[in-house]
Amino acid sequence: MLLFLLASGLTLIFGVLRIINFAHGSLYMLGAYLTYTICRIFPNYWVAFLFAPILVAFSAGLIEFLFLRPLYKREHEYQLLLLYGFLLILDDLVKMAYGAAFKIIPQPPSLQGSIQIMGREFPKYSLFIIILGPIVALGLWYLFDQTQMGKKIRAASFDREAANALGINVPFLYTAVFMFGSWLGGIGGAVAGPLRAASPGMGLEIIIMSFAVVIIGGLGSFWGALLGSILVGEVLAFGILILPKFVIIIPYIVMVLFFLLKPQGLFGKGRV
Amino acid sequence: MSLIGVLAILLILPLFLPEYYIAIGIEIFVMALFALSFNLLFGYTGLLSFGHAAFFGTGAYACALTLKHISSSVFLGLLGGIILSSIVALIIGFFCVRFTRMYFVMLTVAFGELVYNIGHKWVSLTGGDDGLVGIPISPLRFLFLPPFNLVKLSNYYYFTFVCVGVSIFIIWRIVNSHFGYVLRAIHENSERVKFVGLEVRRHQLLSFTISGLFAGLAGALLTVFEGMVSPASLYFTVSAEPILMSILGGTRFFFGPIVGAALFIIIKDAIQTLTEFWMVWMGAILVMIVIFLPGGVVGFLHSRFLISFSKSRIR
Amino acid sequence: MSLLEIENLCKSFGKLAAINGVNLKVDQGILTSVIGPNGAGKTTLFNLVSGYLLPDRGNIRLKGEDITGSQSYEIVKKGISRSFQITNIFPDLSVLDNIRVGLIAQFKKNFDLFHSISSSEHILKEALNIIESVGLGDRRHYKASILSHGERKILEFGLAITTNPIMMLLDEPTAGMNKEETDNTVNLIKKISKEKGITVVLTEHDIDLVFSISDRIVVLNQGELIAEGAPKEIKANPLVKKAYLGED
Repeated sequence: MLLFLLASGLTLIFGVLRIINFAHGSLYMLGAYLTYTICRIFPNYWVAFLFAPILVAFSAGLIEFLFLRPLYKREHEYQLLLLYGFLLILDDLVKMAYGAAFKIIPQPPSLQGSIQIMGREFPKYSLFIIILGPIVALGLWYLFDQTQMGKKIRAASFDREAANALGINVPFLYTAVFMFGSWLGGIGGAVAGPLRAASPGMGLEIIIMSFAVVIIGGLGSFWGALLGSILVGEVLAFGILILPKFVIIIPYIVMVLFFLLKPQGLFGKGRV
Repeated sequence: MSLIGVLAILLILPLFLPEYYIAIGIEIFVMALFALSFNLLFGYTGLLSFGHAAFFGTGAYACALTLKHISSSVFLGLLGGIILSSIVALIIGFFCVRFTRMYFVMLTVAFGELVYNIGHKWVSLTGGDDGLVGIPISPLRFLFLPPFNLVKLSNYYYFTFVCVGVSIFIIWRIVNSHFGYVLRAIHENSERVKFVGLEVRRHQLLSFTISGLFAGLAGALLTVFEGMVSPASLYFTVSAEPILMSILGGTRFFFGPIVGAALFIIIKDAIQTLTEFWMVWMGAILVMIVIFLPGGVVGFLHSRFLISFSKSRIR
Repeated sequence: MSLLEIENLCKSFGKLAAINGVNLKVDQGILTSVIGPNGAGKTTLFNLVSGYLLPDRGNIRLKGEDITGSQSYEIVKKGISRSFQITNIFPDLSVLDNIRVGLIAQFKKNFDLFHSISSSEHILKEALNIIESVGLGDRRHYKASILSHGERKILEFGLAITTNPIMMLLDEPTAGMNKEETDNTVNLIKKISKEKGITVVLTEHDIDLVFSISDRIVVLNQGELIAEGAPKEIKANPLVKKAYLGED
């Protein structure tokens, strides 16, 4: 489900802006570290859960507005490189501010411990993450399929110029989408914090696997991202039982297979 | 001419530079080749590969394994490196060129990760996390000349200089050849190239393979230099290095990546003497260059002083 | 047997039938113009014949050989070349290099990795020939992107010649040109097609032009072929008038 939170942001940004946000993993990591800091000030996890992603979204907005926007007329590859530059900057900034050691973030008391379901013990916090996924997916579906704003965004993703001609403020939309996608990544970080602790490498660790999920699910599709992350999660879970050492390779093999057989992924559309 | 002057200076340097700087020189040669191989694909053909560490690392490992298990002759080691990295590039390229732009990039990232994980986990072959150490390197025996001990730093400097120099010459010939022109045309307008009767994918694949070949050679040269190899040479961050170097130097000029490699290593070295946080500065430099100096340092110099790089200008 | 035979060609985009059961034969040496109101399907037809698009149904035969569904580069090699409505050249290469790229393909030197392009004398000679014959001689070292619109269209035409075609599909070759440029281009097309024995099929919006140079005219409307024949017949055809001017 963590993968889903990241993948959904990635796929949204790709669907509308048509770029791969290389800095996404770093923003996720930023979310985790900000959660840590906020928890140190207000010992209530939920305060951090609320504000950390907003701060991440705000930082992302700054990056988009100041640095990415001037590049929209240029080839996409340069936008990609710019975002990679921010990956480097953010990864080091975090190390400078917090040091290289893991930062433990305590789980909120309401989610500590475990529940008995059908005779098995499930950690409450993990359940929380598992439930969060589909809720977010539903929310995203509602937002993009059912609202006017969502339709405008989809229009802009298909044809920037036509949308512009229709009076849709495309640059504002791009910024908003970038911020929203990063907000999702920030939530991912805020949620991952108590589970995995905040560490400087956490962005890189998860981002490439998120790419795999996005590809498998189809670039631009939320349900694809959801299904893809579930698929990858299951594959990893089973893989550990069969081939423990090579398990991490399996998602990439699945991704390559998808590229060969169904390059649009599960639900993607458009030319590949 | 200035090129001969530069070459002459490079040849004399080991005579009076301390060992630390000779080592940096070797590193610059190797990375210049790596960056140049990347730019063949990016600057000339227009394909951005974010997974070039796969070829660099494969070349490094193949060289190490050849030297360890087959023969400690450096030539064979390098050959082993080149052969395996080309094959890997051919296979990976075959899949990647079927896709456009963003998808191409993501697929190169994925394959890069795949190769990294294979190298990392196949402990029996690659030594896993520890990699392979203690790689034997025999002195070079060439015809009737006395054996040339490559472990001596200044000797290896000259050896690398020659290898990289020859490679640069070959790549120069390739980009100025008929094939090179087709690549440039593909970069500008791949649709149009189809309509003059050429199968674009095949040319992209050949470019990809050549690029992988020379990246593998760079990796192999590094292995011989360090006497060891580790999964670090396959990691994602290594894939970013030739990209940063090419952008820094300028992707639109033949010598851009070479200048970029030198600048990158020198700047990184300088920053690291002051702080361990060199990535934030590199990131900032990358951001500045992408926005303000898209032609890189060489591009900037060219436009300001119109130094005649005209023959080496790609477009 | 006609040079080009199109049989029951169909192509839809979603629910829109861009080309709906078109049958057409083009004989060698006959300059054919395809006309019709906007959206009639002229460019789609060209896209289908040149391999840019895949037809849903139907057959296309060149000199009797079935080329339906072939890739664009294969069709070019078989002898059909085209120019594009929106100029599709290599903007950052010089005029000379633009033409040379086409000739590299023609002379099959595209996999030559070691010889510099200037070492190929025959390619240079042929390129200069082509450039002179289309009238861009004194522009040959200019970057294509700084040429005027008319010159770019001529370069486009020059590129189409490099593949040594037996048939050329020219999509609005005089669009955006002034009277003088248009006349020059028309003369150029006539001259070159005669010299090199190329059968020309073109689309145009300039009706007077079409009537003055065509041997045969084909009229499309909403994806269907509604009339074909000599210019005199087409001028008098009531269906054609209706298509262009609406209900009378």
